[in-house]
Amino acid sequence: MTWLNAALQGILLGGEYALVACGLSLTFGVMRLVNLAHGDFAVCGAYLALVLSASLGMPAWYTLPLLLPIAFAAGVALHLAVLSRSLRGGVLAPVLVTFGLSVVIENLLLEGASANTRSLDGGALSLASIEIGDHIVISWLRLTGLLVALLVLGGLQALLSHTSWGRSVRATSDDLDTARLVGVRVRPVFATVAGVAVATAALAGVFLGLISAFDPLAGGTVLIFAFEAVVIGGLGSLWGTLVGGVALGLTQQLIGQWNSQYAVLAVHVLFLVVLAVRPQGMFAAASSPVALPGTE
Amino acid sequence: MSLLEIESLDVRYGDFQALFGVSLAVAENAALALVGANGAGKTTLLRTVAGAHPPAGGRIRFDGADITAMPPHQRVRVGIALVPEGRRLFASLTAEENIRVGAIQAGPHAWSLPRLYEVFPLIARCRHRRAGLLSGGEQQAVAIARALASGPRLLLLDEISLGLAPAVVDALYDTLAELRAAGTALVLVEQDLDRAQGACQDLVCLLEGRVVLAAPAGAVARADVVAAYFGTAS
Amino acid sequence: MATISRWSRTASAAAACGVVLAVALAAVPYVAARAESALIDLFLFVALANLWNLLAGFAGLTSFGQQAYLGVGAYALYLYAAAGIDPALGVVLAALTAALVSVPVSLLVFRLTAGYFAVATWVVAEVLHLLATVSPRVGGNTGASLPGTGRYPLVLWQAVTYWWALGLMLACVAGIGLLMRSRFGLDARAVHADPVAAAAAGVAVGRVRRVAYLLAALGTGAVGAVLFCHHLYVEPSSIFGAQYSVYMLFMVLIGGLGTIEGPVLGALIFFGLQQVLAGYGAWYLVVLGTVAVLVTLFAPRGLWGTVAARWRISLLPLGYRFRP
Repeated sequence: MTWLNAALQGILLGGEYALVACGLSLTFGVMRLVNLAHGDFAVCGAYLALVLSASLGMPAWYTLPLLLPIAFAAGVALHLAVLSRSLRGGVLAPVLVTFGLSVVIENLLLEGASANTRSLDGGALSLASIEIGDHIVISWLRLTGLLVALLVLGGLQALLSHTSWGRSVRATSDDLDTARLVGVRVRPVFATVAGVAVATAALAGVFLGLISAFDPLAGGTVLIFAFEAVVIGGLGSLWGTLVGGVALGLTQQLIGQWNSQYAVLAVHVLFLVVLAVRPQGMFAAASSPVALPGTE
Repeated sequence: MSLLEIESLDVRYGDFQALFGVSLAVAENAALALVGANGAGKTTLLRTVAGAHPPAGGRIRFDGADITAMPPHQRVRVGIALVPEGRRLFASLTAEENIRVGAIQAGPHAWSLPRLYEVFPLIARCRHRRAGLLSGGEQQAVAIARALASGPRLLLLDEISLGLAPAVVDALYDTLAELRAAGTALVLVEQDLDRAQGACQDLVCLLEGRVVLAAPAGAVARADVVAAYFGTAS
Repeated sequence: MATISRWSRTASAAAACGVVLAVALAAVPYVAARAESALIDLFLFVALANLWNLLAGFAGLTSFGQQAYLGVGAYALYLYAAAGIDPALGVVLAALTAALVSVPVSLLVFRLTAGYFAVATWVVAEVLHLLATVSPRVGGNTGASLPGTGRYPLVLWQAVTYWWALGLMLACVAGIGLLMRSRFGLDARAVHADPVAAAAAGVAVGRVRRVAYLLAALGTGAVGAVLFCHHLYVEPSSIFGAQYSVYMLFMVLIGGLGTIEGPVLGALIFFGLQQVLAGYGAWYLVVLGTVAVLVTLFAPRGLWGTVAARWRISLLPLGYRFRP
């Protein structure tokens, strides 16, 4: 039964990973850009929630209506000021720029907030849980995390499928050159996608802060897990990212149940195995950054 | 006054120059055939008019206004639409979604979806199928419909007969005649000289980036066109 | 009469100066032993910068996981030294071990391109990091000290480490320079510029990348082993630390991606900055990161690259000069 519990925890954890990863997947699918600072944006979200909840005197939840628009705006600004220019610099430039950004953000956080780990106060919700039998304990907080992840993924998918914005995003992702020529304004498309990516990252960061702890350097680990979820699920597919996240969560919890030392290692090994066996992931879109045949 | 005026256009790709001092004019509701061998610069010319590349020299005027520096989405709004070579549909979008993307910059004379489905019954039947799964003829129809969705005054068509069965091409050309009747001007890049001369009133031939022949389509002998095409004109 | 030359008077002068400098530096343990420690750091930075440049500047592979080979080199040296091999010789074996490890790794990570490749290399480094942490044989989380140095008096050991570092630096600079002047170098730069076009032109893209990756792993493994010799202690979180990638990125970007002189200049500047900003904690990395972003966006050729392009100088020419 403890194994069943571990599996359930794994699924819940997977939802959180998927929430972090969906922004990364979207950014790559649409702009062909890997944002190496993505994990740091999640951590910034947690810190921002900390600051807002302390200064406004309310639990972390209530800061979300303020935090999410700020994060969205920051993403848009980031794109307009930095990322759009880096995209023009060739394939290497965005990687180098976002890596540099990641270093800057992490160390600014270190200077501003010190290296101590923090966590967010979720009030009563973070303590409540559902108990089934002796071995199964599902925390309400984690369940909420999964539900929020499903809502966000579903919402994004709906926006992409049924709105004019969504059509523009998908068209741009299919064929940037033709999209421009038939009248799509690419700059706003990219800027809004960047905004969505940062907002979802910040939301995921808040959950990270509520469920476990965070520190200025946590962004690296968050990025790696998000990245692994995206690759396992299939680059460019939102629901694939959910599958990828759940795969990670299950592996981490199940292996952790056996020997906690090997939990994180097992996750990385899973990633490497998928890379070896099916590098395009499970639900790859047409445009994955898998090496072209002949150039491998 | 012409609808489209191109004056001494030079276009470069890095160190390579694709167009040298190209000049031509298209009148309101006219049809111009643009012919030439592969690599002559026809696609480059159409794409430059649509806004894909800023020219290195020269001017483009549309309806009297200088649009040389205008970004592509604005050109769609003022009434220029491109049907790209190879159709270039958005593969993961359905036929109808492709057309709706074309309508993003729709002007006052935009063709509505019902009207487009009337003109292209072929698409009406497959409107919810993903564009990547359509046949060649269906894709070409969708590409033209996508361009029409913005209500253009000038339609640029790049090799629409490529890879299609003659019967399908006949149907497409009949549709072009309907478009002419509705008031749209056309610039048509076409490898099939007979079709080009039949559908259009003016003809321009490019060779290695330069205009080597510009005449009314009816007034020039086929032999002269062929000579200009291959560069064997004296 | 038109001439095509691959060398120039400037290059000859630079080479002559280089030889003199190398001899002078080799004499340091005899005349200025106190400078050894700082110079070892500097030499290793220069080596790392050149090795990262081999990957990113010449072969078009941005790896953020080279620290994996620093760790492999260091821990391999530990294992060899613990088995009784003289650690001074163990460095060679450690480097070869790192090169060996890079082969299966490259088979995996080369399935991805650009940004995804970069993160995949980082994951590999993390895996090795975690493996070291959970292995009591190599000291787990607390690390291990280098066995077998007892047979050397300390002064001699420091000198030996110094000469290793100096030799490694010279091997990297000269070796990579010569390599880039060869046919392999031409192929590598073609792959960097446009892999598809290179493949169409007949370049064995995959093989070029694997060789570049292997050579970089070889060199980085050697650096890791020498670092271990220098500090006499290794622990997983420092040797496998991602900050090494930050340093390598910074040095090469500032100096100039894709030239030989650039990374050397970048390493010198980085070393200088490190001395100056040592007391400022995390601000130092903020400065590094900001400079890296600004250089990538506004001066992508780096300091040396911009200077060399403007004044057409090349201390170690890689190409062909045509004089009409």
